[in-house]
Amino acid sequence: MPLITYREAIKQALDEEIQRDENVCIMGEEVAQYNGAYKVTEGLWEKHGDKRLIDTPISEAAFSGLAIGASMLGIRPVVEMMFMSFSYVAIDQLFNNASFCRYMSGGLMNVPIVVRGPANGGTSVGATHSHTPENMVANHPGLKVVCPSNAYDAKGLMKAAIRDNDPVFVMENTLLYGEKWEVPEEEYIVELGVANVLKEGTDLTIVSHGRCAMISLQAAKTLEEEHDISVEVVDLRSIRPLDEETILKSVRKTHRVMLVEENKPFCGVDAQISHMIQLKAFDDLDAPIHRVSAIDAPNFYSKELEDWQIPNEERIIECALKVAE
Amino acid sequence: MATTKKKSTSKTTSVAKKPAKSTNFATAPINKSLSKEEKIALYSTIVGIRRFEERSLRAYNQGKIGGFLHLYIGQEAVATGIVSLMEENDHIITAYRDHGHALAVGMSMNECMAEMYGKHTGCSKGKGGSMHFFAPDKNYWGGHGIVAGQTPLGAGLAFALKYKGLKGCALAFLGDGAVNQGSFMETLNLVSLWNIPVVFVIENNGYSMGTSLKRSSAEENLAHRADGFDMEWEVCNGHDVFEVREVANRAMTRAREEMKPFLLEIRTYRYRGHSVADANHEKYRTKEEIEEYKRTKDPVNVIKQQLIADGTLTDAEAKRIDQEKKDEAEASAKFADESPVAPRSEIQTDVYWEVDNDTEGKLKGTHFFND
Repeated sequence: MPLITYREAIKQALDEEIQRDENVCIMGEEVAQYNGAYKVTEGLWEKHGDKRLIDTPISEAAFSGLAIGASMLGIRPVVEMMFMSFSYVAIDQLFNNASFCRYMSGGLMNVPIVVRGPANGGTSVGATHSHTPENMVANHPGLKVVCPSNAYDAKGLMKAAIRDNDPVFVMENTLLYGEKWEVPEEEYIVELGVANVLKEGTDLTIVSHGRCAMISLQAAKTLEEEHDISVEVVDLRSIRPLDEETILKSVRKTHRVMLVEENKPFCGVDAQISHMIQLKAFDDLDAPIHRVSAIDAPNFYSKELEDWQIPNEERIIECALKVAE
Repeated sequence: MATTKKKSTSKTTSVAKKPAKSTNFATAPINKSLSKEEKIALYSTIVGIRRFEERSLRAYNQGKIGGFLHLYIGQEAVATGIVSLMEENDHIITAYRDHGHALAVGMSMNECMAEMYGKHTGCSKGKGGSMHFFAPDKNYWGGHGIVAGQTPLGAGLAFALKYKGLKGCALAFLGDGAVNQGSFMETLNLVSLWNIPVVFVIENNGYSMGTSLKRSSAEENLAHRADGFDMEWEVCNGHDVFEVREVANRAMTRAREEMKPFLLEIRTYRYRGHSVADANHEKYRTKEEIEEYKRTKDPVNVIKQQLIADGTLTDAEAKRIDQEKKDEAEASAKFADESPVAPRSEIQTDVYWEVDNDTEGKLKGTHFFND
């Protein structure tokens, strides 16, 4: 199986979907002639031309809203946010119009758009460029949100998102773009709402999503080797819809659980997951649920401090030892 | 010439004059070609909107309608005139003062009144209310509650037409308050840059809620903003449906034929407050101002007099149509009152298309979190 980057996997998904469906087009800042700010769309404009790859002015509200309006008539725009943080400029369009038009019309329309782009800290770009708004998206019924942690999922989830008839946010990660994973050449889809057990274990469950799932996997290996703790790692992949069953199955097996995410802790995704576990698997728990999230402040600019602020292997291991006690 | 027009590429500066009153727009080619039935239909729509809204106001005051009620009374000729020009591939979207546009595209009084009553028989099953009427089967895409939020959506409808190679235009209505929203200005730039066939219609009724144009806009000639985006514009009056049709026809034809956006400013007036809750609207304008408009420019009276004068209607026929519309509005209130509210199970329908349609393989995971 070829080893390709997360970036290349997303590009393959976009390329294949553009060829599969004439209504799929990509729009955003620098996506076409510049080849994408993070080179995710590199070469696609040369291959598919102006109609399918559309450079926009720096006007997130206008082009997000335009994509929503176009989707009502059957176009399937994939809107790139250069940073997911920039979606904040278009909140009315994305969080009112994309999420609620279907509902407020009593189901007379749907909005099949994809909003994709990196949503992560850890790159010393300061607080305003480091948002992880998957919790905010998931708080809006009508929207869906996925956070691929690796190249295989990034390609499969992107294709599922484009084919989905509801608005889907795909939260990518600039720190993963250059990382490589095995990705099959033949076509596949990763369905929304299906979590993935990255590693099986018996003593402790770590539930995580996005890049944190990969850090958790690394931490799990260390915990096994150095502390003799067998850790199961559940990668959510999809936040909404959420695969509760896979989480609960793991909790019922290990009886100890910790949650790891880059969200800020207050009303983060894991606040919901923690609530769900105590409600549905209370008697299965042998220890309180613990969380490792971003340390609760705007993201620090300075690299050393930001690297400590967002979840890292050291903080995960420290917490795991507490939960496993 | 009652309209002022400025070629956007021209370097000369001209000040938009107030549209004149005297020209007989009924004799313009687009209006001259109207059959007797079509002219009567225009009157019928205008008077229908008026009677429907008067009835809805009564229902609101009786406590039958919740939330806000933004009445279109005084502005009826604008939506009526423009919608009457719509062709097969034309689409329309507007803001929260949306009753007139809904009835003009052919939505029934029953489904609209029931929606305001919050009933299951409403056009949105009671999920939208007064500000959110939709009829995609009639190319009517709402009914949107956030000021200017619908303007990029309108651009998107037009973008889709262009993308699919269809000849048509999108009509995106907004009020004079919406012109100061960033999303609208961003959208003006985008549609001009990309040559998107959208016609923005500013229904300038002089007040954004309680703030007069003078107090909200540095440049009171709102259409002039198009110049900053190299876009064509025109200004006209909104009380005479024939004037609206004559001017809008140029904008819509240009959009369809030349694939170009257009900014139309239509000077109109609302008799009621921003919403019915705005009971103090006479504090930010004088009673005389309202009465003067009603006396000289009431859209119902203007078209009625025009059609009587040209022999299309007799006074008795006009009264009969008026009575029919009153009866229809009354019946719609009865229909709404007697209709059931949606069952509680409807709270979680129409959220996700994939859930509503029970799609195979796409219903993985939990979509709703009630526990």
